[in-house]
Amino acid sequence: MSELHDLTAAEAAARVNAGELSAADLFEHYRKRAESDDLGSFLWVAGEADQTDGPLGGVPVAVKDLFCVEGVPSMAASKILEGYRPPYTATAVRRLRAAGAPVLGKTNMDEFAMGSSNENSGYGPVRNPWDRERVPGGSSGGSAASVAAGTAPWAIGTDTGGSIRQPAALCGIVGLKPTYGAISRYGMIAFASSLDQCGPLTRDVTDAALLLRHMVGRDECDSTSLDYPEEVQLPSAERLDGLRFGVWGLHEEGVEPGVLDTCKAAIGKLEELGGTVEEIDLPHAKYGISAYYVLAPAEASANLARYDGVRFGIRRGDGDLTTMYETTRAEGFGPEVKRRIMLGTYALSSGYYDAYYGTAQRVRTKIADDFRDAFKQVDFVVTPTSPTVAFKLGERTKDPLAMYLSDYFTVPMSLAGIPTISIPVGLSENLPVGLQLAGPAFSESRILDAAHALEKAVGFDGSRARG
Amino acid sequence: MIDRDQVLHVARLARLKLTDEEVERMAVELSAVLGHIEKIGELDLEGVEPTSHVVPVENVLREDKPRPSWPRETMLELAPESSNIGFEVPSPGA
Repeated sequence: MSELHDLTAAEAAARVNAGELSAADLFEHYRKRAESDDLGSFLWVAGEADQTDGPLGGVPVAVKDLFCVEGVPSMAASKILEGYRPPYTATAVRRLRAAGAPVLGKTNMDEFAMGSSNENSGYGPVRNPWDRERVPGGSSGGSAASVAAGTAPWAIGTDTGGSIRQPAALCGIVGLKPTYGAISRYGMIAFASSLDQCGPLTRDVTDAALLLRHMVGRDECDSTSLDYPEEVQLPSAERLDGLRFGVWGLHEEGVEPGVLDTCKAAIGKLEELGGTVEEIDLPHAKYGISAYYVLAPAEASANLARYDGVRFGIRRGDGDLTTMYETTRAEGFGPEVKRRIMLGTYALSSGYYDAYYGTAQRVRTKIADDFRDAFKQVDFVVTPTSPTVAFKLGERTKDPLAMYLSDYFTVPMSLAGIPTISIPVGLSENLPVGLQLAGPAFSESRILDAAHALEKAVGFDGSRARG
Repeated sequence: MIDRDQVLHVARLARLKLTDEEVERMAVELSAVLGHIEKIGELDLEGVEPTSHVVPVENVLREDKPRPSWPRETMLELAPESSNIGFEVPSPGA
């Protein structure tokens, strides 16, 4: 543990705040590491720190390219926004800066956050630091890979159906999707507005709590943002006595045996720590992917209508206005974005609206009810984060449905809008496995506390990914 | 399940120009995804209220007070083509 980048962000902040480390040296250390990153994690690296005073001790944060940062390329990893430098900064980024976390760089991602492997970026894939032939997950793949590889101390990403938790699991780090509305979406380039939520990707649970603490709260620029009911607590629990854990997903098809075994071992630790564990049923969760792939593309098809070559980004095509629109969108969007726009437009088109969109919204209600019922019996719902470990680059690009099923365990919580953390609990085939803990809306402090106790008991070692 | 003509119709609605190869591929891929999605048809959802939003907030208001907006030049600078008064686009009927 001699290297600066082996410190957690909270440890680095504590050293800076105690006067043992200069924020400028810390920034420069990470800036150099980010610049020499060869995984494809970064689309842009800052030249200097924009703000270092505050409780976060000047520890720089890597920011997913989906967030607008004033004067800095913010392209959602899409060719259609090539060269776009917004005139304003996302609220989440602004708040972190104000708390003393300068922007380290913009991280690579699946274009418009649509994907589970980072292979849909308009600017090249990201490689998994545990095995460079494998994907880091997605869509926050650059954020996850940079934190795992130690080219960033911590990062923020966004999660619409698993885009923080799944890459965190595949890269062996912590990822938290907060309660819908906990963090402002202002300045976050929209994908599916009723599901999109910003959250931290970090080395450990304490770092996640610290970043979350400084991002939450109502923002008048996002009318769906909410007052967070308390200050987010830093976790300290070492025992889980009296807590009830409801496990779901150990009997689903398509879960790799190594993932199951690793998750079961971690669930055994929950009991050793004093928790009670029972299996529960979420009867409608298996319909989550189906409902999600109606709702998210439908919202996306509307949100992405704004990319028309008129106000920002690129313009292509000769001839009349319609030809310009169609050519700009044909050349600017990648294949997965086109697929989702088509799917969403189809689902919302005349004659199909009720059968698809209306039905999916009712399934969403049933899934949210499943969780409400579960939380009458248990404090937390526990599931594997991803059915598999990191897969090989190219393995699923020809089969969109197989790719979509990567999010089988993460989508239900997104549809219910509830907070969920993924923490690394071990290795299978030498690759990280993540376990999810979900709780009711605004239970982040309790989730973080329980995850902290489990993290200590598991003792996951991510140092290999930092080389 | 979804044929070439439907793909072309939806592409037109979405203002996407697709190549012939994309049209063929889209028909196959969308059919596969829609086949999976149609599992939700198995459920009895009689009387279930739709959820469009998970957070129970409504009528979020702010003070009705004017405040500065973005300067016109700032926005026009971001556009691929503009004059000093607005965004420039090709004629709809060219």
